[in-house]
Amino acid sequence: MASVKFDNATRTYPGGTTPAVDSVNLEIADGEFLVLVGPSGCGKSTTLRMLAGLEEVNGGKIFIGDRDVTEIPPKDRDIAMVFQNYALYPHMTVAENMGFALKIAGVAKEERAARVLDAAKLLDLEPYLNRKPKALSGGQRQRVAMGRAIVRKPQVFLMDEPLSNLDAKLRVQTRTQIASLQRRLGVTTVYVTHDQVEAMTMGDRVAVLKDGILQQVATPRELYETPKNVFVAGFIGSPAMNLLQVPIVDGGVQFGNAVVPIPSAVLSKTKAKMVTLGVRPENLSVSKTKGISVEIAVIEELGSDGYLYGVAKIDGGEFELVSRVDGRDHPNKGETVFLNPEGGIMHIFDVETGERLN
Amino acid sequence: MTQALDITAATVDPALLDLPWHLPLEQWPEENIASLPKGLSRHTVRFAHLSGHVIAIKETLPDLAKREYEMLKELQKLDVPCVEPFANIKNRVDANGDELPAVLITRHLKFALPYRAMWSQGLRAETATRLVDALAVLLVRLHLAGFFWGDVSLSNTLFRRDAGAFAAYLVDAETGQLYESGLSSGQRENDLEIARVNIAGELMDLVASGRAGEGVDPNATSERIVNKYRELWKELTAAEVFDKDERWRINQRVERLNDLGFDIEELMIKTDDSGNSLKIQPKVVDAGHHTRRLIRLTGLDVQENQSRKLLNDLDAFRVKIDPEGDEEVLAHRWLSEVFEPVVKAIPREYSGRLEPAEVFHQVLLHRWDLAEKLNRKVPLEEAVNSYVVNVLAHRRDEEALISPPTEAITLPTAVPSGNIEVEEDEKGDWRDKV
Repeated sequence: MASVKFDNATRTYPGGTTPAVDSVNLEIADGEFLVLVGPSGCGKSTTLRMLAGLEEVNGGKIFIGDRDVTEIPPKDRDIAMVFQNYALYPHMTVAENMGFALKIAGVAKEERAARVLDAAKLLDLEPYLNRKPKALSGGQRQRVAMGRAIVRKPQVFLMDEPLSNLDAKLRVQTRTQIASLQRRLGVTTVYVTHDQVEAMTMGDRVAVLKDGILQQVATPRELYETPKNVFVAGFIGSPAMNLLQVPIVDGGVQFGNAVVPIPSAVLSKTKAKMVTLGVRPENLSVSKTKGISVEIAVIEELGSDGYLYGVAKIDGGEFELVSRVDGRDHPNKGETVFLNPEGGIMHIFDVETGERLN
Repeated sequence: MTQALDITAATVDPALLDLPWHLPLEQWPEENIASLPKGLSRHTVRFAHLSGHVIAIKETLPDLAKREYEMLKELQKLDVPCVEPFANIKNRVDANGDELPAVLITRHLKFALPYRAMWSQGLRAETATRLVDALAVLLVRLHLAGFFWGDVSLSNTLFRRDAGAFAAYLVDAETGQLYESGLSSGQRENDLEIARVNIAGELMDLVASGRAGEGVDPNATSERIVNKYRELWKELTAAEVFDKDERWRINQRVERLNDLGFDIEELMIKTDDSGNSLKIQPKVVDAGHHTRRLIRLTGLDVQENQSRKLLNDLDAFRVKIDPEGDEEVLAHRWLSEVFEPVVKAIPREYSGRLEPAEVFHQVLLHRWDLAEKLNRKVPLEEAVNSYVVNVLAHRRDEEALISPPTEAITLPTAVPSGNIEVEEDEKGDWRDKV
């Protein structure tokens, strides 16, 4: 097992003007589960492929443990791309399916059997070792496929959207399995996904990328509670954080007909006359008289909770605001209500740089 | 139910609407299904009849079906041997209105076989070797086109007979990615490593199933792809430096590539500062050297190795008839006096056994064997008759081979509810087989 370090790692495609991955600095601790997340084209897969040795590194270095692997071919990096191919061979037993790659790598028979047994115990597959894959359930077959990677005892597991070809139900099941297995194995894992829910539920830490630039690396909770900039604020969380530009006034910012108090020490950090105010749906409450007036477009009932989607008209433009409401006791579609931040949990960003101010 | 279907198709065939899209592929009635051998697949794949031809249907997620359909179209544009995308369909629902998987439809490649069905008696060692050689050529061509496959395997390839060798076609592009700027050596190496492990696994499975002939060696055969690939890649792309007096080496390089079946479309030639040495490097190469020459001369469009053999016969014919004569006129005579009579002599009921060019190649071989056995010259008509009676009549049809479908595991499937049918454990200790 080993740590992983990206040291100013940069990838520019031939003919490209801007780097696909731009000076990424990232340290992943031994045994950590790190998720790379971001919208399509943000450079997350390229970052992973640089670590795998599939993309040239044009600038900077990559280390696995203390070893500089920047110029080392993929198969000598001691990494395993999991789920790259999970074909199971129907005429071979579970044990053979898990161990055959060791056989061709020339690992001795006793060692092969020992590693297969270890992996089978971890994966709860021990009773099935002498069975053909046809006799297994879907979940068991998937674990056999994972076993193929585990028996190789790699330093690092790499997973690039491994769940993208599963249906929704199996995706959630497998997500949990992978996360708990990784914790049991304790192998450093780098996982790529475009799905922020997947990222937040699986990672010890999550690295958010946009346009090839690392925006923030933090625990899921930190990302949620103190996003470093407007992009991370809007990307992490579902439904997304409400983000709107509001004017700075005496004592705080103007929010509809109300003034939301913000310490002047925060507001004095910007030279602009406005700030971007971010409020998560659970921190935006329905009020009879205070805040921004919205017409309710949709109420989404999710059992105990619900979400109110309201449309506000500000300066001739229309904005959607989302607020979490009680699942049963809530105003109805078509009504006009006021929404106002409550509890003081707010995120203030510079309108120009997008950086967090509070 | 069909109103809700969302079909994207390359060619419009209204008969597509008549297929039972409201049923899961596994439940399609016999009358729709063409029973062809198939490889191992993660998804449910079945063959169906459509307006007189056969299509392959794969159930998958909507985004994946669309992506693979587009990818295959791109690969076709790049002239890479692959299956022809036909359509992708989403928004399928069953009679209860429940969602069904999207499908990707490709045209069945006539006379093409999966490796598992290459011989009815099982895969022979020498065939396995030739299949791997064909896969190495395909992989080089894909990499030259900037395609990273990600799941190189015998199962994801179809093979057509090619005058003693095989021509490989890409079947599954699901994991692939096209890079306009070309592939890094890391990507190429990774594909090779995937190929090596997959081929070994597939052959080990074949051995375990008892369908591998004697002497099939999974390890050695899978190693072979690495060497074959490297040899070919080097020949096609490496730079060569030599003295300016050795300019003949430019022609030599061109001829070597032609022999391998490639044409050089663009060659970089540089002199050093002193002007004493030359550096050459092929920049763009194009497969199909012999195929193109045969098409130009005769209009016959066949596989590369078949073209090579046919051209040999054509060249021998020219030398015999009129060595100084016009090449194209003589090619036309060869076509009407040699090639076509042989093809026409094949009884109609055997026309689905092998492709015409393959038949012609085999007739030539048969004639040679016969002459050796009888110790006399054998006229072509005699050779054809003997070939039909003694060889072709005993072969199976390969145009659309009908045989029990190869067992396929569909992965991943949802965990079944209720009881799982448990088979008996295999006999003996599992450790003996690991």
